Amino acid sequence: MAFAYTPGLRVAAVADIVKTRRLPLKGQVLVKKGDHVKADTVVARTELPGNVKMLNIANILGVPSRDIHELLRIKEGDRIEEKGVLAQSKGLFGKFFKNTVRSPIEGVFESFNEITGQAVLREPPIPVQIDAYVDGVVEEVLPDEGVLVGTHCTFVQGIFGIGGEVRGELMMIVDSPDQEVSPDRITPGCAGKVLVGGSYISNSTLRKAVSMGVKAMVVGGFDDKDLKDLLGYDLGVAITGHEKKGITLILTEGFGRMGMAHGTFDLLKSREGMTASVNGATQIRAGVMRPELVVPLQGSESASVEKGREAGAMDIGSFIRCIRAPYFGRLGRVTALPPELVVVDSEAKVRVLELEFDEGGGKAVVPRANVELIER
Amino acid sequence: MAAREIKSILATDCGSTTTKSILIEWRDGRFRLIRRGEAPTTVEAPAEDVTKGVLNAVGEIEDLEGRQFLNSRKDGVLVSEDDQGVDVYCSTSSAGGGLQMTVAGVVKSMTGESAQRAALGAGAIVMDVVASNDGRLPHEKVADIRRLRPDMILLSGGIDGGTMDHVVELAEIIRAADPKPRFGVGFKLPVIYAGNVEARKPVTDELGDTMELKIVDNLRPVLEKENLGPARDTIHELFMEHVMAQAPGYSKLMEWTGLYEDGKWRNIPIMPTPGAVGKLIETVARQLDIHVMGVDIGGATTDVFSVFDSEGQPVFNRTVSANLGMSYSVSNVLASAGMENVMRWVPFHLDEADLRNRIRNKMIRPTTIPQELEELIIEQAIAREALRLALVQHRELAVGLKGVAQERTIGDAFDQSSSGGTLVDMMALDLLIGSGGVLSHAPRRRQTAHMLIDSFLPEGVTMLAVDSIFMMPHLGVLSEVHPQAATEVFDNDCLIKLGHCVAPAGQVKRGGILAEVKLTMPDGTERTETIEYGKMKLVPLGAGEKAKSEIEPGKGLDVGNGPGKSWTGTLEGGVVGLILDGRGRRPFNLPADDVKRVEKLQEWSGSLDSYPERFLSLGGSR
Repeated sequence: MAFAYTPGLRVAAVADIVKTRRLPLKGQVLVKKGDHVKADTVVARTELPGNVKMLNIANILGVPSRDIHELLRIKEGDRIEEKGVLAQSKGLFGKFFKNTVRSPIEGVFESFNEITGQAVLREPPIPVQIDAYVDGVVEEVLPDEGVLVGTHCTFVQGIFGIGGEVRGELMMIVDSPDQEVSPDRITPGCAGKVLVGGSYISNSTLRKAVSMGVKAMVVGGFDDKDLKDLLGYDLGVAITGHEKKGITLILTEGFGRMGMAHGTFDLLKSREGMTASVNGATQIRAGVMRPELVVPLQGSESASVEKGREAGAMDIGSFIRCIRAPYFGRLGRVTALPPELVVVDSEAKVRVLELEFDEGGGKAVVPRANVELIER
Repeated sequence: MAAREIKSILATDCGSTTTKSILIEWRDGRFRLIRRGEAPTTVEAPAEDVTKGVLNAVGEIEDLEGRQFLNSRKDGVLVSEDDQGVDVYCSTSSAGGGLQMTVAGVVKSMTGESAQRAALGAGAIVMDVVASNDGRLPHEKVADIRRLRPDMILLSGGIDGGTMDHVVELAEIIRAADPKPRFGVGFKLPVIYAGNVEARKPVTDELGDTMELKIVDNLRPVLEKENLGPARDTIHELFMEHVMAQAPGYSKLMEWTGLYEDGKWRNIPIMPTPGAVGKLIETVARQLDIHVMGVDIGGATTDVFSVFDSEGQPVFNRTVSANLGMSYSVSNVLASAGMENVMRWVPFHLDEADLRNRIRNKMIRPTTIPQELEELIIEQAIAREALRLALVQHRELAVGLKGVAQERTIGDAFDQSSSGGTLVDMMALDLLIGSGGVLSHAPRRRQTAHMLIDSFLPEGVTMLAVDSIFMMPHLGVLSEVHPQAATEVFDNDCLIKLGHCVAPAGQVKRGGILAEVKLTMPDGTERTETIEYGKMKLVPLGAGEKAKSEIEPGKGLDVGNGPGKSWTGTLEGGVVGLILDGRGRRPFNLPADDVKRVEKLQEWSGSLDSYPERFLSLGGSR
């Protein structure tokens, strides 16, 4: 077997990508095919049905459900005010000890069920709009649903992230990919920026970044115990993107202290000062989704497009990164792909590759499953 | 072709990460496993065609055997009536994440839970239970349905003749979400409606035009009755028709699987992997008339299968713990079990922050494997908790009668989780089968036995076994076509007996003898072993070797015949041997003190020779 399939994250200096911008419900598309859009251009909008509040009027009044209709002060479809009267009991002699049911919300009295005695109250509709997320061109309109926006950009995928879509100016806050982000680097000048760190950021430093109004942090590694502290719970299934922690965090390498890949660091550095669209949403499942950073390019920067590689064939000479102990994070080049199974330290018999680490770091044998391809 | 003329069979299982192929042939008067091949599954980009992985996996067998099993254009498995290729080709699949469903019910603990049981029983992964009272706002439900992109939705709610509003509102939410199938852009998403009969029309009005709507009998026609059969059958049917057929390359694969009968081609349907494993376990239990449990621990999910008695009749149950697994779901094991519970199985001291980072890194790069012994031991600690939690879930859902018209009392209906009482009885269990990478591919079979015992805590006398190379799915689908071949290969090549485990259950006195075991060994010699409190012991008894035995439990302790009653029978060995477990059951406790806990774990691992001796020097000392 001369090659093997191996995963790899996409890190492309120049790429053409298409982002789907879809409403959560059908609505109105505000742009047309071929339109040039900015990241903050609203491309579609709709109104989500308001939140529902259930209220059991029969229980509150202590009256059989079938008798409620004559006690209702409003009818289905009527607008209601907060604390407005919905129903009132007849009371003693029609005058005394009347019980009143008042609306807990403003909205619409949607329905009443004579069997259960339950009323459905609905709050006013919630307006929702989606923007283009990236500077680009509308390539396709999905009628009543949204658009596909194409952009010519620098595209960097991380391995894990939290938080949703944000935008900001790229700013480097470390000098090398192996440097940790120290609190003193987070200054008021970082407000509204997408910061690029090196190997690690602590939770306290990240919290400082939040307090300074930083939009996003892109860094090599972060501790899982800090993630738990930040989220307030232990993340189970890796489906993220909806967290509201005041910042979007993207890890390019993994958990723990891990130097950012030099290629990624250098590429981001070359884009410093440009506006980046960032999304921390991650889904590690079939149909995997990784967090991303998109820097739309213009004019002379828009050179030829590199064909990105999300997965591919590994061969002798391929550049790889080890993604599991004992060589986690180390880079090297494949020197052999022996076909026979080999017994490793754990006593497991596995397919392996031989590699030579960068800068005379020696040689090693690792399971093929424990490396990923990198682009250089 | 008559069944007895079949001589050569190819079977594949398209898993979420690996496609496994096996070649079975008639040799020396019986069917045997001849070769095994594997290749990465190719449902996802860039290949997006499951058959590519199948061709690669079968191609590996071709290379190893030096014979042709693919047709000359290399675009299909060669099935023929003559000596070319094979006589039968069949396949199972859980690729692309298996069958992923969202279920909806009006009340989460009632119709929501019934819908969940129906979907789980059909082999689905339940991604979300949407209910009118689940605490989410309508637009949040819409967003979740859309985000999770289920393959299918099961909508239930309301008893027949009861209120319709809420179930119709759920239909409104589904319509509003308008989720798109993961595979097959442009196809409608299948929705099964199994709720209040009187709401069929308004539900059809809501969903009929935008979804592939199927209407079946209400799975909760009255409060105290559960009728899961029609919904389950329809899930299976739609899985084949819509989900499988739309997954990349499956329409091609569905044409490949089959055999020639009397000159005519007969297609063999592709079976969902958990369905095939369950079928095999059910068959084994029926043939041998025993109580069986099987567990298949994968990367994303852990399936537990069991056959226990209910009112004198054997009842088969299957549960799928959707988020307990060793790669994609490994972090959820940590979140569900808690760090303390995972760490309690690690036989050396380890910094918690370090362990957390290791587990997370496995989650974000799920296909990596442990290279170092220390990493292997940590993974096996996590596996113990994944298996334990999967068993807890199985106990909760394997209750009452099977399938149609499950009768419950009104009282039970308000407490569904404990309704009916669990059928799982570890003392009655005869055979426990482990399957899945971490169990089937453990470097030492002793590790497999150790993990199974620690997590399932079998009581009394239980045979432990492992699926040698994870081929129960293949044999499950084969049992539909050629039961003899499936049974013979299962007995000879698939099922590896590890040995009997004897574990007295009941309140134990610290430091005492739990039981005395008198053995008449295969060579006629007699020996007496004691099961000591807090100790494990391995008695050499090889595969196929049997010893006549008499077990005398201590006062109040049970080994199968009741507290304090002796047990007479035959104990059988295996590739591990006869395991005597004196660590106690009901409860089983590890020492609370960290130093003593590590000492005990090291002692037990030493008794079973689970790891090479250098494991004693792993981790930091304290």
